[in-house]
Amino acid sequence: MLIPLAVVNQAGPLGLAVDAVVEWLLVHGQGFFSLIQMVVEALATLFEQVLSWPPAWLFALVVALIGWRRVNGGFSLFALLGLNLVLALGLWQPMIATLALVLAAALLALVIGLPLGILSARSPMVWTLVRPGLDLMQTMPAFVYLIPAVMLFSTGAVPSIIATLIFAMPPVVRLTHLGITQVPGDLIEAAHSFGCSERQMLWLVQLPNALPTVMTGVNQTIMLALSMVVIASMIGGGGLGDVVLRGIQQLDVGLGFEGGIAVVILAVILDRLTQGLSNSPQRKRA
Amino acid sequence: MGLSGSGKSTLLRMINGLIRPSSGAVLVQEKSLLQLSARELQQLRRSSMAMVFQSFALLPNRTVLDNAAFGLEVAGIPRRERDARARRALERVGLGDQLQRWPQQLSGGMQQRVGLARALALDPPILLMDEAFSALDPLIRTDMQTLLLELQAEQRRTIVFISHDLDEAIRLGDRIALMKDGQLLQCGTAQELLQHPANDQVRQFFQDVDAAAVLPVELIAEAAPQSETLNYLVDEQRRFRGLNTAEGAWIPAAEVPHLLAGTLIREAIDRVAGNPFPTPVLDEHHHLIGVISPRRLLHSLGEGCPC
Repeated sequence: MLIPLAVVNQAGPLGLAVDAVVEWLLVHGQGFFSLIQMVVEALATLFEQVLSWPPAWLFALVVALIGWRRVNGGFSLFALLGLNLVLALGLWQPMIATLALVLAAALLALVIGLPLGILSARSPMVWTLVRPGLDLMQTMPAFVYLIPAVMLFSTGAVPSIIATLIFAMPPVVRLTHLGITQVPGDLIEAAHSFGCSERQMLWLVQLPNALPTVMTGVNQTIMLALSMVVIASMIGGGGLGDVVLRGIQQLDVGLGFEGGIAVVILAVILDRLTQGLSNSPQRKRA
Repeated sequence: MGLSGSGKSTLLRMINGLIRPSSGAVLVQEKSLLQLSARELQQLRRSSMAMVFQSFALLPNRTVLDNAAFGLEVAGIPRRERDARARRALERVGLGDQLQRWPQQLSGGMQQRVGLARALALDPPILLMDEAFSALDPLIRTDMQTLLLELQAEQRRTIVFISHDLDEAIRLGDRIALMKDGQLLQCGTAQELLQHPANDQVRQFFQDVDAAAVLPVELIAEAAPQSETLNYLVDEQRRFRGLNTAEGAWIPAAEVPHLLAGTLIREAIDRVAGNPFPTPVLDEHHHLIGVISPRRLLHSLGEGCPC
């Protein structure tokens, strides 16, 4: 006979335990969470202000110029036309808000994820601990993060960034780990034979050789962060996600499509730019 | 030298402490490696020994110059000096015009020259070479062997060179240590190993060796003929003075093309063939050891091991 752990529509013992943990955190971690809230809030505001500062035409021009130098002419043209379309749809400000949110979340994900990846690569123990955590973060339905995020940080940009950060961090950890562990053994051996210290090994051999893989992780993290923004708009993340959400709520296909296409344009620009920036020109020549 | 799986690369890695011996001791510069702290071992590797790898093991994110300067950078030598030293090392191995290229752009032989320059830039008293030339084409390999012999003639270093190629070992090695299944079978000069193999396995290794490339001419020298028509004259200390030919001409020692006792048989062929009379073999004090006629030389080549 099976004892039901949960009745539909209502949390069972497991869910209640999680409830209790969040409750406990809410009561005892108040100071800690308000500190995080302040830092993330400041970061989000800073990003939004900096990105809102240039007029749309200047912004588009700079993106097109960097794209021309680092990617190719075709991409440059696409960026120019795409951003023009976003402006014409009247979605410029939401796009900037989304971009700020994505960049803030991605930056935090990198700040936490890169050292974690390096640590995991250097100590199998850490990796055994980190790995199931990453699995959980990646496979848990993204909506689930929204609930504790709201409870701990109320609504707005901060819980959106925190939820996005959790969802987007695994690739950079995984690929940093992969990149470092995949550095060929003979290079490591050669470095040892020349008397490398552990620090020199990391900075002169492991990281430079892992860089292409690490940059793929950075790229993936940014893309995942972008994919989270629509979900985050449910808790007041704002930006393009809001537009799409309104489309859904009002069953307005047109509105949803406009928001969607703006997200796609932003995604393509971010993807190509991060890839272009990670391929340094000397590497291409080699 | 030994076949694959004989433990020679493991042995080499014990010399610089990359692998710790499970028993026994490794003495480098009269100090036991096992008693060094991690830091002292690091210091020893930076100052006293450098390694060259079969797979080259060059860093793909560094230019040729920066690769050659790697060991110096690790040792904390300031940029200007390490670049100068790396450049000198690269010029010595013939890559002075490739400084700013990337390892992936170079051929295998050139990559290994960079690997060699990286080791030479440190100017270490000990050079460890792990099958350094095994991955190269035969022609390039011979070039690299010549380069190594030249370098060794310029500045004597202790070189431990791992190889599975007996011809390479004979060409490069002052002494050859033959290994099998983690055991040292015998260690000695090529001549010793060929003439006095310690056991059947050593004999087996050497059975196909071209003896003329290993053995010196003194082993096949015959007593100088003292006939009416041909006369090799020596003074009371047996020093060679000259010879009387069949035509009655007197040729003083200085004008007689001769061979030194340690010359390899193979390298003596030209000289022996060029002389109308048996070629005298002298030791370093010009004592006459014997003579070699073309007939004697041909016999020795045909016999395999003439000793």
